[in-house]
Amino acid sequence: MKRYIDVIMAGFGGQGVLLIGNLLAYAGMREKLNVTYIPVYGVEMRGGTANCTVVLSEEEIGSPIINAPKSLIIMNRPSLDKFQPKLADGGIQIINASLVDPELVEKGGRIRTVLVPANELADQVGNARAVNTVMLGAYVAATGMVKLETVEGCLSSVMPAKIVPLNIAALRAGAEHALKQLADAPVSVAMKNAAKKIAVKKPAAKKK
Amino acid sequence: MADKMEKLFVKGNEAIAMGALAAGCRCFFGYPITPQNDIPEFMSKHLVEAGGEFVQAESEVAAANMLLGAGACGVRAMTSSSSPGMSLKQEAISYMAGSEIPAVIVNMNRGGPGLGDIGPSQGDYFQSTRGGGHGDYRLLVLAPSSAQEAYDMTYDAFDLAFGSKNPVLILGDAIIGQMKEPIVPRAPKVVDPEEGGDWRLIGASKSGAGKREHRIIKSLFLMDGELAGQNMKLQAKYDAWKKLVDFETFEVKDADLVVVAYGSIGRIAKNAVRALRAKGKKVGLFRPKTLYPFPEKALEKLAKEGKRFLTIEHNLGQMVEDVRLSVRKYADSDLFCVYPGNMPSPDDFEAPILRALGRK
Amino acid sequence: MSMPTKDASASEELVFARPASMVDRATHYCPGCHHGIAHRLVAELLDELELVEKTIAVASIGCSVFLYNYIDADSVESPHGRAPAVATGVKRARPDKFVFTYQGDGDLASIGMAEIMHAANRGERISVVFVNNTVYGMTGGQMAPTTLLGQKTTTCPVGRCKDREGSPIRMAELIAQLGGTAFCARGSLDSVKDIRQAKKYMRQAFEVQTKGLGFGFVELLSGCPTNWRMTPVAANKRITDEMIPYFPLGVYRDVAADGTCGSTVAGGE
Repeated sequence: MKRYIDVIMAGFGGQGVLLIGNLLAYAGMREKLNVTYIPVYGVEMRGGTANCTVVLSEEEIGSPIINAPKSLIIMNRPSLDKFQPKLADGGIQIINASLVDPELVEKGGRIRTVLVPANELADQVGNARAVNTVMLGAYVAATGMVKLETVEGCLSSVMPAKIVPLNIAALRAGAEHALKQLADAPVSVAMKNAAKKIAVKKPAAKKK
Repeated sequence: MADKMEKLFVKGNEAIAMGALAAGCRCFFGYPITPQNDIPEFMSKHLVEAGGEFVQAESEVAAANMLLGAGACGVRAMTSSSSPGMSLKQEAISYMAGSEIPAVIVNMNRGGPGLGDIGPSQGDYFQSTRGGGHGDYRLLVLAPSSAQEAYDMTYDAFDLAFGSKNPVLILGDAIIGQMKEPIVPRAPKVVDPEEGGDWRLIGASKSGAGKREHRIIKSLFLMDGELAGQNMKLQAKYDAWKKLVDFETFEVKDADLVVVAYGSIGRIAKNAVRALRAKGKKVGLFRPKTLYPFPEKALEKLAKEGKRFLTIEHNLGQMVEDVRLSVRKYADSDLFCVYPGNMPSPDDFEAPILRALGRK
Repeated sequence: MSMPTKDASASEELVFARPASMVDRATHYCPGCHHGIAHRLVAELLDELELVEKTIAVASIGCSVFLYNYIDADSVESPHGRAPAVATGVKRARPDKFVFTYQGDGDLASIGMAEIMHAANRGERISVVFVNNTVYGMTGGQMAPTTLLGQKTTTCPVGRCKDREGSPIRMAELIAQLGGTAFCARGSLDSVKDIRQAKKYMRQAFEVQTKGLGFGFVELLSGCPTNWRMTPVAANKRITDEMIPYFPLGVYRDVAADGTCGSTVAGGE
């Protein structure tokens, strides 16, 4: 199976969801993958919800729009309500536990979840606005689809140079948290491997 | 992906604007409408910085007529819109076709009729390929399925428009316009300042070496037989476009069933075909890149080889008529429609393709 | 008027001749129609201002669509009402050219209202000759936006009624209010005196373009004896007696004269 993953990233407008979507896409490009990125668009509204879909693949990408995504980055409660039910069987979701009650996470082993206290971690690295890069760091670590260093190298493509170091710290804080959580969790060896190394392979085949 | 040149990561809309700039577009006339706003927004900055002219017109009607005026001067000019706005542009497009004025027009197709929705759609296939406005005319219609193709087709569209003195239409949709993909830009064209020199309006010199009769660019032909002559001339031009026919085929050689789809649906169907091939199903894809001229001969050849057809489109059945006309001597085409508001993914197409494959 | 030319073979002196920019061809206009005069004024000015070699004319829809057969300048034909948009495209593409539109009242004040207002408001460096004869001429005398109250036409057979069809639109007054208008005036073609004055207005409307000051506009009150069902003489009298009182003559805006915007004169019911 060729490397492939798709992800929907969702949150409030202003949380920087589109920025990390672009960032992941740039990292995919740098790793010689085919990439697509598509934001939701529509009636412009401040304070509304924002989401985007990113696809990374070794093969040519068909649809940039995904009905049943293999992974999610969930930044707030409405996004969880909307997308968790659509997450493909065996899929993985990274949830901002600072804003989303962990009790709402689907149980029963159909999907996997990494809970990240992203607001607290962002505060710890010194910028409350870096919640998005914390979440992406956790996502990259949990899926292993691209290397964290690649993402770090692409930061300057999507943000001013002066805030890059801080966001490197945020990416790493998120990644560390995710790896620790996955290492501690009672999950299969295959999943731990997935977390450490490469893409979520054929997610439907893997279960706890 | 070959990765030698520097790639840009841009929306299809931006790719179109960049392709136009690289092709020497000097004037852009726009009007806001979702989902194509990135194009006028890009042009209002980058075209103006490059010394060109950008006008946000008072309406799509006016924008298309400004395009007519600039085109009549032999200047590379462009407008873009989406479906409801395209209806309004049809007046000027008909005049441009009748007056033989080159221009590039972009339609990022959204759902209709009426205001419809702002999602992707292929509901404007008929409007695009049958002329669109009043009268007996055609546009050269190009249908990109990626940001790179959107760039390349726009880059080439100006040459095609000036080569045939006719408007060229780029028909995308909300997916093509909004999706970001890597593109490899091409070297900026050097446009001959004398382009269109034998017909464009530039002021008639009354004396000296450049002395000539004044030129009239018009579509009114009232004298006996005059309009017939003009329309035959247009038709000869459209016939000559047949050599420009372009399409992509994928796994058609030994296929029993060929899926015919264009634009965004074409790329999604390609993945479905790839997935079914992996399961040993003998299916292939035929993706027209030119919708007018339609690749009828190529389809007829496949039909003659005994293949069967399934047309998939994001409307309730428009291109299927052209597919059926193309293959009618030997075959028919099934139809699978994607409804408005639905964002299809490759797995949505597998079942209908298998159904069509199983049918005799 | 342009200088008369000598005809060597004639014994008497020629005192009236065609302007060089006017094509030697009989027009299709009806006897008594004022388009011929308006065309001639355009041609004289193109000659006098030495503009014809850099002129691109935009013809509109109506009786004057054949402008390009009579004016010896490069021309493009516009869809109905869209001439100011077409002229915008021409001027933006070729800013060094002299660009004018020539439009009737149905074309400019009805179907083309949006285009004329916005071209003026943007201050497009174009000049507009607006021929107001209160009817749709080419299609057979239907009601126009400038048809006077009480005036009978083929589509208001009992006479235009304010409650039903609204009041006649005064375009010069409207255009004068817009920020991009550099010169705006209304003249008339009903008498030699008025024709001479109208030509002065037209010259000013052309010159604000050549000087880069902004949008130039001239309305010309004109007769349509055929559709008014009148003799040419009676048609001229109607302009004097009925049109001018409703459409007052004068300069409505002249940025060059006072350096400001909005020097409105005259007006009123």
